[in-house]
Amino acid sequence: MGAGMVGEIREPLRRDTDAESRTQVKASGMAGVLQTVGRALTSSAGRACLELLIVLLLGVIFNADGAFFKEGTHRDTLRQASVYGILACGMTLVIITGGIDLSVGSVLAVSSVSFALLTMHMDWPWWLAIIACLGLGAVLGSASGALVSNAKLQPFIATLALMTFARGFAKYITGGQKISTYVTQGDKVIIKELPAIFKVIDSRILGGDVAIVSVIFIVCFLIAWVFLARHKWGRELYSIGGNEEAARLSGVPVRMAKFLAYTFSGLMCGVAGICQAAQETQGDPETGSGYELTAIAMVVIGGTSLAGGRGSMGLTLLGILTIGYLQKILSINAVPEAGRLMITGIIIVLAVLTQKRRTK
Amino acid sequence: MSECLSWHASCILSGMPPLVSMKGITKHFGPVRVLDHVDFEIYPGEVHILAGENGAGKSTLMKILAGAYADYQGRIEMAGREIRLSSPLDANRHGIAAIHQELSLIPSMTVADNLFLGHPMTSQGFVRARAHRRSAEDVLQRTGINADVSSLVEDLPISVQQLIEIAKAIRLEARVLIMDEPSSALNAHDVETLFALVRQLKAENRSIIYITHRLEEIHRLADRITVLRDGRLVGTSEAAELPEKKLIQWMVGREIEEQFPRHTPQISTEALRVENLSVRAASRALRPLVNRVSLHASRGEILGIGGLQGSGASELFLGLFGALPKRTEGRMTVDGKQVRIRSPREAIANGIALLTNDRKATGLIASMSVTANMCAANMRNLAPHGWRHPRQESRITAEMGQALQLRAASVDMEVGDLSGGNQQKVAIGKWLTTNPRIMLLDEPTRGIDVGAKHEIYQLMNEWTAHGISILLVTSEMPELLAMSDRIIVMHRGTITAELSRKEATAENVLEAAMGRTNGGGNGR
Repeated sequence: MGAGMVGEIREPLRRDTDAESRTQVKASGMAGVLQTVGRALTSSAGRACLELLIVLLLGVIFNADGAFFKEGTHRDTLRQASVYGILACGMTLVIITGGIDLSVGSVLAVSSVSFALLTMHMDWPWWLAIIACLGLGAVLGSASGALVSNAKLQPFIATLALMTFARGFAKYITGGQKISTYVTQGDKVIIKELPAIFKVIDSRILGGDVAIVSVIFIVCFLIAWVFLARHKWGRELYSIGGNEEAARLSGVPVRMAKFLAYTFSGLMCGVAGICQAAQETQGDPETGSGYELTAIAMVVIGGTSLAGGRGSMGLTLLGILTIGYLQKILSINAVPEAGRLMITGIIIVLAVLTQKRRTK
Repeated sequence: MSECLSWHASCILSGMPPLVSMKGITKHFGPVRVLDHVDFEIYPGEVHILAGENGAGKSTLMKILAGAYADYQGRIEMAGREIRLSSPLDANRHGIAAIHQELSLIPSMTVADNLFLGHPMTSQGFVRARAHRRSAEDVLQRTGINADVSSLVEDLPISVQQLIEIAKAIRLEARVLIMDEPSSALNAHDVETLFALVRQLKAENRSIIYITHRLEEIHRLADRITVLRDGRLVGTSEAAELPEKKLIQWMVGREIEEQFPRHTPQISTEALRVENLSVRAASRALRPLVNRVSLHASRGEILGIGGLQGSGASELFLGLFGALPKRTEGRMTVDGKQVRIRSPREAIANGIALLTNDRKATGLIASMSVTANMCAANMRNLAPHGWRHPRQESRITAEMGQALQLRAASVDMEVGDLSGGNQQKVAIGKWLTTNPRIMLLDEPTRGIDVGAKHEIYQLMNEWTAHGISILLVTSEMPELLAMSDRIIVMHRGTITAELSRKEATAENVLEAAMGRTNGGGNGR
């Protein structure tokens, strides 16, 4: 039905000399294939796919004596990228509004230490601890949301402030110590048993093929995707990033939509913090520092524009896999950390350069 | 003024050469010719008014003289010798300075630093701050501006900032000062200060080119007047030899008999009534943008709102639409019910639509698809529970595209890639999907070709036939006269005339737009 109508709009185009009609020219044979490939590469999705393919090709070439072809390598890649990926889900929504969230690493730490404290030291039931940590993440995210949307602070400043505050908060509630199963009671140190929920989150299902954290990531991804692609709110986020004034004059509730984007990002930090605590079997107030930069890099490499208004969860998934695989390939080839960081930096620049939208 | 005139006449009679003469100036923007062989001369010590309707080419001509456009055709002579102006610095070097409509001062710097911006006094590369201050004090004293040179520009009232902008030109020892509507934001008192300064500059034998849309200012300041229309020179005359009526005639020209398809309307009940609507400027020191405006419009009627730049018509629309809720006050009735509109959302809920005058900046989201833009204002109906229905959205977009004869390769393409006329159709379609009862159209045909214009006029006829009430703001006089069933004219935020379709002529509309309150309705 819809397609038929579109066809009718296209009808007058054949008599039209508008620039867009030129893209309609059909080519045939080899030239046609090349043209199709070329056109695909001018789209963000095409280029993000190409980047991922290049990184995978690097893996095939530098396969570390066949380690790259083992199933376990790919499973681990996904598992190791999961926590970052969860952060990138929230980050994508914020970046689409034209904002940025620098606080994700610190808020993840708050959630992580809170989860350890509540389950290990205070013996809260696991489900209550989870609810509390998710709530805490969302509340912290909503704080930067309120600063951005109501107090009209620049997102960079507002979330930088929250980044600093949340790191301090994580240290405050832990007294600067790592929270583990070693609990001091009076003068004695007793070793508690690791709560079952930690083992569950850090386990694998389907015959050990899929890590639970990866499942959690995929669920978060799907939630972010469905809101962004199918909900009114997603449209609002795009329109705010594209042209905030035009959005406001079209009746978009700009402030509420932005506020919710940062709150959602905070919620994702809550989720990621729980996964992080489970994987580290402790709550470390120093954990997650620098994660915001990895999450931003994943979003941007996918092709979501830092200027706002353009991008999608699909692109972010490609970005997550690109960075995830890059890290994995470097580590199975035993590239030392110094080299790993430098190579990652160079790859990010190259990727973003290819993503630059050609100006007319 | 009369002494000046005679002095002037004698100066021209005695064969004194003009200070600057621009000969055969032509300028294109892309394929559009905005200036066509314009001649313009400036004598020392005169206030030369440059007049014309919006888009006549005044600002472009002055930007060429100020060195902002290097790619003009024609000759500019200064004291008989040809000069080529390719940058503002070039112009400054020749003693020409422009006082910008939007201030070009740096708010976070002091008055003294601003005066020397770009031309600092230095010794061995270091800025001589004390010399700056002394010299700045000197300039301010000479011009009678009452301000401390060490205070930050942002701490001064806008009116003083405007005067400092002029002082900056004087500091450069400019002999020719270009003032493009310097009074547009000023209140009555500050306008007097500005006039006093202009007279003093004239007494110092400097030349002033003054662009204005106000008859009052023309009367009080002009030595000579030059009128441009559609990029062509209409004429230059001594102010005393150009009575108001003739000036207006020069500005409108005669050949405005274009074919517009306005049908006789079926005007029924009242759709909108506004009483004493005011919109404040962002700063309280400035005059209100809209000052106690009352109007009404009926179903099926097109109410035209005329006015020149700064008339407040666009701000009136923003006020009606709830886009400036903190700065707007007044009473509004929609379909006989009193309403309070505090946000665009509430305006849309009350059946009001606003087509803004700048589709790129405020109308469309260029990075999004045709569908997303078409549905943007109507999400409350298209996604009542929050979840969107993409197929329904494309159907509505396709139907609307067909109704508007939109030419787009697909409804999924980005709006930024469409041509101007098609973008405008998307901007219009966005509002039609909300089923509006009142449409506020601000320059609906700006920047689109003749064919698309005609289509939009026809659409306006259709909408009014369906009982929609249209408020139309346009700076194109023929469009205003031909499409409106009734016309109100605004000047500096107030209504200066209300004319029926029969009464309205280009002359009386323009007179009212330039501030002559009793000039309208000569048939009444």
